[in-house]
Amino acid sequence: MGSIVVDHLERKFGSAVAVDKISFTVEPGEIFGFLGPNGAGKTTTINMLCTLLKLTSGRAIVNNYDVVECQSDVRKSIGIIFQDASLDDKLTGLENLQFHNMLYGLSHSDFQQKSLDLVRIVDLEDRVHEVVQNYSGGMKRRLEIARGLLHDPKILFLDEPTLGLDPQTRRHIWQYLITLRDNRGVTMFMTTHYMEEAEHCDRIAIIDNGQIVGLDTPANLKSMLGGDIITVDTSDNKLSFNKMKGLTDVQTRYGPNNDLIIETKRGDQFIPEMLSLLSGSDNSNIELKSVSLRQPTLEDVFIKLTGHTIRDYDPGNKEKVRSGMRRWKGR
Amino acid sequence: MNNNFVKNLSRNLRGGYTIWYRDIVRFRRDRVRALSSLAMPVVYLFTFGSGLAPAMAEMGGGNVDFKQFMFPGVLTMTILFTSVFSAVSIVWDREFGFLKEVMVAPVSRIAVALGKVAGGTTIALLQGIIILFLAPILNISLSIDQLIVLICMMMLLALMMTSLGILIAARQKSMEGFHMLINFVLLPMFFLSGAFFPLRGVPAWMYFLSNIDPVTYGVDPLRQISLSGLVPVESLHTIAIRPLIVNVYMMIGFTVIFLIPAVWLFGKQK
Repeated sequence: MGSIVVDHLERKFGSAVAVDKISFTVEPGEIFGFLGPNGAGKTTTINMLCTLLKLTSGRAIVNNYDVVECQSDVRKSIGIIFQDASLDDKLTGLENLQFHNMLYGLSHSDFQQKSLDLVRIVDLEDRVHEVVQNYSGGMKRRLEIARGLLHDPKILFLDEPTLGLDPQTRRHIWQYLITLRDNRGVTMFMTTHYMEEAEHCDRIAIIDNGQIVGLDTPANLKSMLGGDIITVDTSDNKLSFNKMKGLTDVQTRYGPNNDLIIETKRGDQFIPEMLSLLSGSDNSNIELKSVSLRQPTLEDVFIKLTGHTIRDYDPGNKEKVRSGMRRWKGR
Repeated sequence: MNNNFVKNLSRNLRGGYTIWYRDIVRFRRDRVRALSSLAMPVVYLFTFGSGLAPAMAEMGGGNVDFKQFMFPGVLTMTILFTSVFSAVSIVWDREFGFLKEVMVAPVSRIAVALGKVAGGTTIALLQGIIILFLAPILNISLSIDQLIVLICMMMLLALMMTSLGILIAARQKSMEGFHMLINFVLLPMFFLSGAFFPLRGVPAWMYFLSNIDPVTYGVDPLRQISLSGLVPVESLHTIAIRPLIVNVYMMIGFTVIFLIPAVWLFGKQK
């Protein structure tokens, strides 16, 4: 059985649907990523799985415990790293760990050795006696990872664990996470809206408007696209599109900036072909503005599946959900 | 939820203890806060107290010095504000994320709320005890018996006000309403309680409001006990409002009225 089994999970805030009957399974020992824009329903999902939020309908099983019926068992078996720091910054790093130890009812005698091991993993052993107030963002996040592991959880939930950190710190955090998966066999469920980071995950669910639109390994997701990606911008994209749409082994569609996105197996060979096709003999005067050729990224997968980029996002439903959430939170 | 609380009683007790312990650690660390919270009562006591003393000379048949009269008021003020502020610190914890760490721990929310009540009560009581050291300066001498009863009353007052604080903070998302809370709830409650002036002979509307003000039932016993050694019994009767035991029942009643919805609201899952 999977570490996390989610079946038609739904959450509404008022009439706005934040999570729309999603289903997926996370296997033991994998890093499972939830990739989607802000407001897509990632944090709502994580909060439901961590027993912080009620489900509207559906079912979720975490470590073989139902998140509605066995809240306490679920909580004991998971560790959570939240989007915003959740440390007491008036206490020292070690006191924060100690507090967690007490709160989870763990043995006092094991604490010393265990906390020492953990702060070593996250490279904080020199700073644990300092008040958390003096920590940098990256140090806080590392301390939270250590704290989240103190009670030996089988699953670690991470909500945007690298948000607001500099690239170097982000890389370090990822090293720790991958080490944890490999050495301790911790299953991880994380949300992110960074494409580059999602590549580190073993499997990714792409979530948009509360629905999962794709779920697979990064490599398989990328292979959904037909090989290489060529982005073309011309003086008359409509005409260019019509000229190319009949070609075999070539898929052409409009991109988010009204340019053309072409998927084809051998992009390097197709470009000359395309050039002669566009400049053709019918005096249509298509002027080429730009051409680029690259390997597909998860961003391309995202665009293909949702029709928009993860950044410039149509605020329609997202805003509705957000304002619904705000209204509802205000109660 | 209630079922869970009892089933995992030892874990929940430990959880509540942890929440309490954190408040104590933070209080110990923050010496500045402990000292600076002494400043306001002292200023009130010696400016108001000294300034109004001549005008209030007739009070209690001329047997009560106004500074001595104000002392229990100042004690109340310290306990009132410390209790409510430390309870409302839940909102800070919620805003700065720490509350989440507590909320996902395998500890019932009832235990968390009760631990917070215990923490706020303890800190308010400690602050109040610091104020007690001003008593000798004001020539208020307290016997051990008086001291014990006084501290019990202070504890009840602290418990009642912390419960009110938790009730206010239970669903609050941000500190935006905080000044509203001070200006429209705490200050009126404090002034209507008779902490700084006798409630005998005040207008009827004020007398009515002071009767529904929980703080009134905290000031009265503190005053009766701290003045009982100084003032002749008949003068004390003109200052006291109710028998001690009535005040105790009222404070217990208010605590229950605040605490039950507070714990319920705090524990409700969204």
